[in-house]
Amino acid sequence: MTTVRIPPTLRTDTGGESSIPAEGATVRELLDDLTGRFPALRERIYPEGELVRFVNVYVEGEDVRTKQGLETTVSDGSTVILLPAMAGGSRGRFTL
Amino acid sequence: MAGKTRSREITARDTHQSIEARGALLLDVRSDEEWRLAHIPGALHVPLSQLDARLPEVAPDRKRPVVTYCAVGARSLRALPTLDELGYEDAVSMSGGIVAWQELGYPVESESGLDAEKRDRYSRHLLIPEIGEQGQAKLLETSILLIGAGGLGSPSALYLAAAGVGRIGIVDDDVVDSSNLQRQVLHSTAGLGELKARSARAALEALNPDVDVVTYEERLTSENVDRILGEGWDLIVDGADNFPTRYLLNDASVWHDIPVIHGSIYRFEGQVTVFKPHEGPCYRCLFPQPPPPELAPSCAEGGVLGVLPGVIGSLQATEALKLTLGIGEPAIGRLLLFDALAARLDEVQVRRDPDCPVCGANPTITGYIDYAEFCSPGVSRPAGAPTGQSPAPPQPDAAESTAPSGAVSPNTVPYGAALPTTTRESQGKAR
Repeated sequence: MTTVRIPPTLRTDTGGESSIPAEGATVRELLDDLTGRFPALRERIYPEGELVRFVNVYVEGEDVRTKQGLETTVSDGSTVILLPAMAGGSRGRFTL
Repeated sequence: MAGKTRSREITARDTHQSIEARGALLLDVRSDEEWRLAHIPGALHVPLSQLDARLPEVAPDRKRPVVTYCAVGARSLRALPTLDELGYEDAVSMSGGIVAWQELGYPVESESGLDAEKRDRYSRHLLIPEIGEQGQAKLLETSILLIGAGGLGSPSALYLAAAGVGRIGIVDDDVVDSSNLQRQVLHSTAGLGELKARSARAALEALNPDVDVVTYEERLTSENVDRILGEGWDLIVDGADNFPTRYLLNDASVWHDIPVIHGSIYRFEGQVTVFKPHEGPCYRCLFPQPPPPELAPSCAEGGVLGVLPGVIGSLQATEALKLTLGIGEPAIGRLLLFDALAARLDEVQVRRDPDCPVCGANPTITGYIDYAEFCSPGVSRPAGAPTGQSPAPPQPDAAESTAPSGAVSPNTVPYGAALPTTTRESQGKAR
């Protein structure tokens, strides 16, 4: 069992859940399991079984793109973090 | 002057006059440590216990008037018999010592150049071995630019000013709104409607007059970024709220070689990291692409716990002080993730991307990208803008690859669309 952390901006796709247990020996298997249960999340970050570019995935603190990508192994009990960029800071608009 | 029978003490005020009028020698008889912390400019220093051995050598003229001083006037009075024995003809003691001298507003100096007022103000820094007088003097000579005087910029600016950062720049074109006051602690109800840059300057100057506050009442754009970053900043604290500014700032900071302390916030969560050009990753290494606008809500749209920017902005200020002082382990190549609800601080590694379009070995982005041009295709370039720029038109084909179902709304166009193609031909200036 692996714990997947869901960033706040993606929680509308997970029914508000911020931390979801998932099964899988690789990141691909993990995302298959996770997004299989949350189709909106699949459509958003994992359409057609490929991770979109604007989301980083970290396994035990390492970006999987610097490892074996979706084939990066995930050990039981580890933590996986999904992370898109956050813009928020001083002002209330993100377009100019 | 045969002064042996008159009072052997004179006041600090008379001492000041005696130096001016009679060329009296001021003799500090305190310890080395006391001398280092503060002494009267032009004074000679010989500790009380060493007067016998050293004074005749360093002050051979026995006829020159001598005024001894110490902290409050006790030791300097005890020094007089020794001076008499050594043959000094006109020696008196300054009553009240250097304390009385300072109370009259006369100058003192220290080895680090910090005056008494600064040593008092920054005393809690001076007590820390990692900072001390040298570190504090360095802070006072440092220039830090803040992008945004809002949620993140407020605590950063306040703590950096309080810490005695000598020059603080603020880039913000916004005005203070009542909805800001839940978290933007630089501003107050009395400042509603005022430009944030001006409100910030007033707050910082009131907090610490040692700080030179420079304001830019404008939004960071490809037009002004070289000018603003070119004004001698050692560090940049990024408290922007939007992706166009963050990517623009990233590219400019790489080309100007200025480290950026990055912070961002949303609801209960925040992120902090340090981008140090060419030593660590840049923002594009971390996030080559921003999320589509529907996943990039601002504080106005998504909300934020008021204290959260206090936490994240304070972490940014902490990193700024560490980098300035050269102490500790800066968060270079590490992204800190703070979750206020969980009370948890996670950390992920951020590595340099060898193929990074800006800081990689073969950069493909070599000029500023004016993302703003693509946010609203209907908005044309302001009159008088340089003609050297040739923004490409929005590219619906490219946009389709990032926008859901090919929707080309104004907000989905900018990010992925023209990223590598729209450049500004001013790279020579930028670098």
